[in-house]
Amino acid sequence: MNFDFSEEERSFRREVEEFAKAELPPDWDEKALYWPAGYGTLPGLEEEFKEFHDELLLKLGKRGWLSIGWPSEYGGMNSMVKHAILDDVMSYHRAPPGDVSTAIGGPTIAKVASDEMKREWLPRIARGELRFWLGYSEPNAGSDLASIKTRAVDDGDDFVVNGQKIWSSGAHIADYAWLLAKTDPGAPKYRGETIMLVDNRSPGITIRPLENICGIHSFNEVFFDDVRVPKKNVVGNVNQGFYSVMLALQYERLFVGVGAFRRILDELVAYVKETKSNGRLLADDALVRNKLASMAIEIEVVSGFYWRTAWLMDQGTIPDLESSMLKLFGTELSRTLAGVAMEILGPAGQLKRGSKWAPLRGLVNLGYMDSVSGPIGAGTSEVQRGIIATRGLGLPRK
Amino acid sequence: MMNFDLTEEQKLLKESARNFLSRECPRDLVRTLEEGKEFPPELWRKMTDLGWTGLIIPGEYGGSGGSFLDLAILFEEIGYHICPGPLFTTVVLGALPVMAWGTPEQKEDILPKIAGGERIMTLAVDEPGAYRRASSITAKASTAGDGFVIDGTKLFVPDADRADLLLCAARTGADEEEITLFIVEKDAPGITITPLQTLAGDRQFEVVFNGVPVKKERILGEPDRAWPIIEDIHRKATVILCAEMIGGAQAVMDMSLEYARERTQFNRPIGSFQAIQHHFANMLADISGSRYLFLKAAWKISEGRDASMDAAMAKARVGEAYRRVTILGHQIFGGIGFTKEHDMYLYHERSMTGDLKFGGADLHRARVAEELGL
Ligand SMILES: Cc1cc2nc3c(=O)[nH]c(=O)nc-3n(C[C@H](O)[C@H](O)[C@H](O)COP(=O)(O)OP(=O)(O)OC[C@H]3O[C@@H](n4cnc5c(N)ncnc54)[C@H](O)[C@@H]3O)c2cc1C
Repeated sequence: MNFDFSEEERSFRREVEEFAKAELPPDWDEKALYWPAGYGTLPGLEEEFKEFHDELLLKLGKRGWLSIGWPSEYGGMNSMVKHAILDDVMSYHRAPPGDVSTAIGGPTIAKVASDEMKREWLPRIARGELRFWLGYSEPNAGSDLASIKTRAVDDGDDFVVNGQKIWSSGAHIADYAWLLAKTDPGAPKYRGETIMLVDNRSPGITIRPLENICGIHSFNEVFFDDVRVPKKNVVGNVNQGFYSVMLALQYERLFVGVGAFRRILDELVAYVKETKSNGRLLADDALVRNKLASMAIEIEVVSGFYWRTAWLMDQGTIPDLESSMLKLFGTELSRTLAGVAMEILGPAGQLKRGSKWAPLRGLVNLGYMDSVSGPIGAGTSEVQRGIIATRGLGLPRK
Repeated sequence: MMNFDLTEEQKLLKESARNFLSRECPRDLVRTLEEGKEFPPELWRKMTDLGWTGLIIPGEYGGSGGSFLDLAILFEEIGYHICPGPLFTTVVLGALPVMAWGTPEQKEDILPKIAGGERIMTLAVDEPGAYRRASSITAKASTAGDGFVIDGTKLFVPDADRADLLLCAARTGADEEEITLFIVEKDAPGITITPLQTLAGDRQFEVVFNGVPVKKERILGEPDRAWPIIEDIHRKATVILCAEMIGGAQAVMDMSLEYARERTQFNRPIGSFQAIQHHFANMLADISGSRYLFLKAAWKISEGRDASMDAAMAKARVGEAYRRVTILGHQIFGGIGFTKEHDMYLYHERSMTGDLKFGGADLHRARVAEELGL
């Protein structure tokens, strides 16, 4: 056993640190709102940051950092641990480390797609030219994805898609939908769905913004009305989309923004060292110390889940159990941390961004709202517990 | 003899409040108020006509002389509908202290107008970085002629913009507890009111006092001796706030129940999943247990008994219970609850801000520890 990073990994971390310092605008901290393991305040999803993010992706791509986790035959570095380091550092700085296309789509394509598709898409994704959004959920199909109604009907060289997606994070700033659609309605559950890449500019697509409870436009409803999708855009085999989804979800669940946890902890520690309440430094208050200490411990636990999951991926294992534990634990901790942070800030915690009295730029009350989303998005906590119990521990399903 | 029932009048009050609020204060209205719209004057008038502003004010001052427990029961319904508006500040932070400590002249001057809905009153105690402690009040009242002038900055003053009268705590002596409460006209020269942008959009303000003159007849209670009064105001306010929070938690559970019966996944209502059923069991136990605490505290206050321990226990537990219940509610609603189109966020915000107001759970547990003789 060895908990150390290698010298190479350490120097990579330093490189990323320098990159972040050089590339993030000086006022980034004022602008970027990012709560660890939340899905509603990611700067990568906001229209306001699109241009900046697009450019950042190209820069990351130039360094080969968007494909670090991929197998080397597709231009990757074969290291999920390094990919995780990138995410750790970038999320510490509240900056997006990549995109759905690079973190979820790319590695999945590398595993399941045809050679032709890999040749066509992977290099472009690795360069940071393309952005994806995840088109799984529908109004009546959330946890039960197999009950989706969006239909893709075989029509010569194309599929013709009709239906509606919802909670489509970043659909408004992305280029392609990573779309799950029914291709065989008669097939047994989980056997009749297909993943395909759909150009956002295709005729027949309408994107309607939804405002989340943080007051941010991060997700959307998307309507498909006779949208033609070339068959060559199918990812993996027709009717085997669920296999790809399961794989993709493991990559998705790796990204809880571990650095963002460390960041907010650092900021809270700094805050209590310089803030007095009732004439007394908060840092000297035993209760405050106790709360921050237990958060530090829990954050260390998340890190354990995080690095172990990435390492397992590098060992060629499919970390079903670990990625679900990471996701469950990380998102629930995100919520606890938001509550604890509000308790520490006291009444001033309710002051929003812009108020001269607002501590930590009003970030914490925003995080309190956003932290609700973590245990829901990317598979709810109830669903994760089910996966852990059945797939992970082999308990009976019924 | 023990009796956990409400009286017939209380049941009637509760029912009529619920009917009225679901009709007159729908969540759509709450939403627009949160975005900064004025509380509708006609709604305030209707609340006044129902006798809510005068509910606990004695008959001789134009009220109906109800009990503190009655007020708590009313506020559980207000919390259920998260109906904002200056009733809490005016009645709990204004009328109650005047009833308890006002001179006959002050009572005659203020109480009938509050009962009639013509006066809005609020409380200005907290200061930046200073909460719930006498020693940390730095706003100062200096003698000037036969009165005083007040200087200082107050934070988190609810409804200050609409208020006619502010009950302001200021230091009048060097000793820790030498604090005096003044009834200040909002329009007095030297007062600047700035809105604070808060999580729940609930109209809290920064109020700066810059040489604000106040006559000595406007002292509430005795000079230099206001701290126990402030403690008592806070004690009563926390109990009423607990009532509001439990009402809110109940609403979250009711909304979630309705949804869990209808929403299907995997061809079953989600309410049939054991995971979800356990959430509900936890919610109900949390709410019922907490309701017992605040009702007992409210009852003791109504009986004129010491409720220090009970109020502290209630506030410590209810705030956290409301947060737990709301989070479970969110969990049950899934994605739909994370949008501004759904009402859940209104409750989620209030569960957090309610827990923080008048001291968070930690502070009240510290009180409980003191009451235990620690
Ligand atoms: C901020 C945010 C961003 C999102 N981004 C995307 C995105 O980009 N793309 C996308 O496709 N989707 C996205 N989602 C959708 C997300 O994946 C779904 O919300 C989630 O899977 C839950 O589905 P639902 O909302 O329909 O809730 P439901 O599935 O209706 O669940 C309601 C409740 O029932 C419970 N439940 C359901 N089934 C079971 C069961 N078998 N056992 C026990 N309990 C159960 C759930 O746990 C939950 O508590 C996002 C969601 C959020 C909140």
